[in-house]
Amino acid sequence: MKPLTRWVVLASVIVMAGALVFPLWKITLDAPQYPEGLEMQISSTGVSGNVEQINDLNHYIGMKKITNDEFPEFSMLPYFISGLMLLGLAVYYLNSRSMLYIWIAVIIILGTVGMIDFYQWEYLYGHQLDPTAAIKVPGMAYQPPMIGYKQLLNFLAGAFPGIGGYCIIIPGMSLLAVGMYEFFSHHKFHFPVRVKRHHHALAH
Amino acid sequence: MKRFHFPTMTLVGVVTGIGIALWLSGCKPRQAKEAIEGNAAQKVYVAPGNYDKLYMFASGGFNGQVSVYGLPSGRLFKIIPVFSQSPEDAYGYSEETKPMLMTSHGFVPWGDAHHAELSQTDGQLDGRWLFINENNTPRVARIGLKTFKTEEIIEIPNSAGDHASPFTTPNSEYVVAATRFSIPLGANKDVPINTYKQNFKGTISFIKVDKNTGRMSIAFQLLVPGVDYDLSHAGKGPSDGWMFFSCYNTEEAHTLLEVNASQKDKDFILALNWKKLEQYVASGKAKEAAANYAHNVYNDETHTATSEILHSVKMMDLKDLPDAAYFIPCPKSPHGVDVDPTGAYFCAGGKLAAVIPVYSFKKLQQAIASKQFEGNFEDIPVLKYEAVLAGEVQKPGLGPLHTEFDDKGNAYTTMFISSEIVKWKVSTQQVLDRIPVYYSPGHLMIPGGDTRKPYGQYVIALNKITKDRYLPTGPELCQSAQLIDITGDKMKMLLDFPTVGEPHYAQAIPASLVTANQVRFYKLTDNKNPYVTRTEKEAKVVRTGKAVHVYMTAIRSHFVPDNIEGVEMGDTVFFHVTNVEQDWDVPHGFAVIGNKNAELLVMPGETSTLRWVPEATGVYPFYCTDFCSALHQEMQGYIRVSRPGEHVPIAYSTGQNDNATIAQNDHK
Repeated sequence: MKPLTRWVVLASVIVMAGALVFPLWKITLDAPQYPEGLEMQISSTGVSGNVEQINDLNHYIGMKKITNDEFPEFSMLPYFISGLMLLGLAVYYLNSRSMLYIWIAVIIILGTVGMIDFYQWEYLYGHQLDPTAAIKVPGMAYQPPMIGYKQLLNFLAGAFPGIGGYCIIIPGMSLLAVGMYEFFSHHKFHFPVRVKRHHHALAH
Repeated sequence: MKRFHFPTMTLVGVVTGIGIALWLSGCKPRQAKEAIEGNAAQKVYVAPGNYDKLYMFASGGFNGQVSVYGLPSGRLFKIIPVFSQSPEDAYGYSEETKPMLMTSHGFVPWGDAHHAELSQTDGQLDGRWLFINENNTPRVARIGLKTFKTEEIIEIPNSAGDHASPFTTPNSEYVVAATRFSIPLGANKDVPINTYKQNFKGTISFIKVDKNTGRMSIAFQLLVPGVDYDLSHAGKGPSDGWMFFSCYNTEEAHTLLEVNASQKDKDFILALNWKKLEQYVASGKAKEAAANYAHNVYNDETHTATSEILHSVKMMDLKDLPDAAYFIPCPKSPHGVDVDPTGAYFCAGGKLAAVIPVYSFKKLQQAIASKQFEGNFEDIPVLKYEAVLAGEVQKPGLGPLHTEFDDKGNAYTTMFISSEIVKWKVSTQQVLDRIPVYYSPGHLMIPGGDTRKPYGQYVIALNKITKDRYLPTGPELCQSAQLIDITGDKMKMLLDFPTVGEPHYAQAIPASLVTANQVRFYKLTDNKNPYVTRTEKEAKVVRTGKAVHVYMTAIRSHFVPDNIEGVEMGDTVFFHVTNVEQDWDVPHGFAVIGNKNAELLVMPGETSTLRWVPEATGVYPFYCTDFCSALHQEMQGYIRVSRPGEHVPIAYSTGQNDNATIAQNDHK
């Protein structure tokens, strides 16, 4: 690995520690009656913020209560993140390019699994509604967005990565960048060549 | 071709990351924002010394009173005590007014005021009386608009939660009172709560209003199915003779109503033909039923209230009265039911409904004539929804509650959940405009908006939540009213102002209908209070056993008498204070140290009585509490309390400096 790559690896490990401390994701709710806004933070160890107020509001539409006990992920996430960091340290000390590729692959896979897991929870909470709920709007589900904004009745729901989320996303992207750099510089790969081969393959 | 360059790659990665972050925070959809136009201030500004155009009477909700505001300024003029004691003017504390708060439960010092309803003649405001209901201990009060005083309170027997009340018929023939909480009404009231469906019933009372005196009496009561009756409005024009009530909890739940009373997709509007009901009463269909309820009347000549307990009402079971009552299905948990100015249409705000149903009175009659029933509910025929429906307002907003009307064929509905007022056309049910209000409006009000002749200049939103709208005042924040101009196609926000208590509903009336009849002071010659003291010469102190009656006058700037002796421990002192002024705006107050009651605030020509039980010997000051004149601070006196058996004679005076008797007694 190039010295610069090693430094990026080390920096990424350090930044990733932030994912243990800061919220990975946050969900915001704005409504006319809530000019101050409501926000729920999802950290590696549990949810925090206006969770009680949100649960109180959700009972009108029959949404399940959001509590840490509902999510086994919160007992696993810190280990996954710590594991990622240890793996990064190993990459740094062993100075192995193939280890770097593996690490990047693990980060991408875990990130993707995490997002799928997040989506299925949102889907579940948004759709599994108590049939006896007071407010039942035909055809209405209350699945919050994964990222960006969505109007849910009088609430504008927003979802974004938290600082902790960026502590994974930014190192992940930087590592992807240096990984590609290492790969291309080692294999002397030329971008136009790849395109040409691609065409060649299509032609057959 | 150059190889991929490391710094470039890193840069791309970082820039992309920052880009995503910026995109996420920058793309928030725009929410409706409050827009105030430049000339809004001009439209609400009432210059010093000028009068407002309208009176607004707002219920005080949990303060039990009525607040009087001016519109368009939003200035608060007065809080009229109605269902709660008011220590500042001794309402419910003075001997004269204590009877106003008597009920079958005894003296009840607090009430939950809900809906202010002005009296009407020919379907228009007449400026005579204001009615208001009390939800908790069911009562209806009548306030006289000559004096702005509560003149009468009648308790509603066989009722719990008087909510659908006191809505008036077009000539104030009746005001109604329907139960929000159904209760066991059989001979045995001690029944398991879970026998709700068998044992619980509601009642609807028709309170007759005497067209000359305003005096209320319960004309008849209807035993009705045990659902929750929420609000009501009378038909007018073609629908005159009908009364509509919104009903929720047709599930007949008795627990966790927020869920259990929200299960059916449709509840009901109950349409009652009250002219038919009158015929049933006239034909002897009503049975005298045992009841127990207070009727309290304030007399303007004696300045004294009397309370009487009545023991019977005329009762009819609605299911025995064919052709008088029909249920109309109504989308989910209706709150308000409102009749348009023509009387041809009525609509309801189903708080959990996705549409606002607009019904046609003509179709109602046709549906009844052609028997378009879908079944019965508790032996009352249920009409087919579509048979009565004129149309639905589609996508009006979230949480429709209440509707009022302008004079141009438009309706205005509050949306509690989406916190807005939505304007729609009655004839086409098309949404025309919407305006955000801050926050979560309950009722709204257009001056005359529930009459045949709305004044159509403003709509006032009565908001339940104010949060960040005003300077914060700790955990408890005020509620608010917002004044909106409805003279143009677009509604325009003009003003918001804090309100007192929780104004569930308010009504407004052109000021000229009220100002012309104002009483400025009471004529002393007409004062028939048994304890009146018309002149200072008549002032006296009279012992009757253990009671000491002080017949006292107040005038700028002294009391007569202002030195009183001869009161003994164990006595009860009654200060009967007559304000002998005969001029406008000269009240006098009266307070005595340590009194566990209130002060008196006595209007010119009025007599008011404070009861005082001294607890220790000594000399106690009393004084005027209303800054009446330049020498107000001099308006004071003393009352001496002695040990029993000391034989201090009753003595009283004003302006006598030679106190020989007093000295004699002191040195005995």
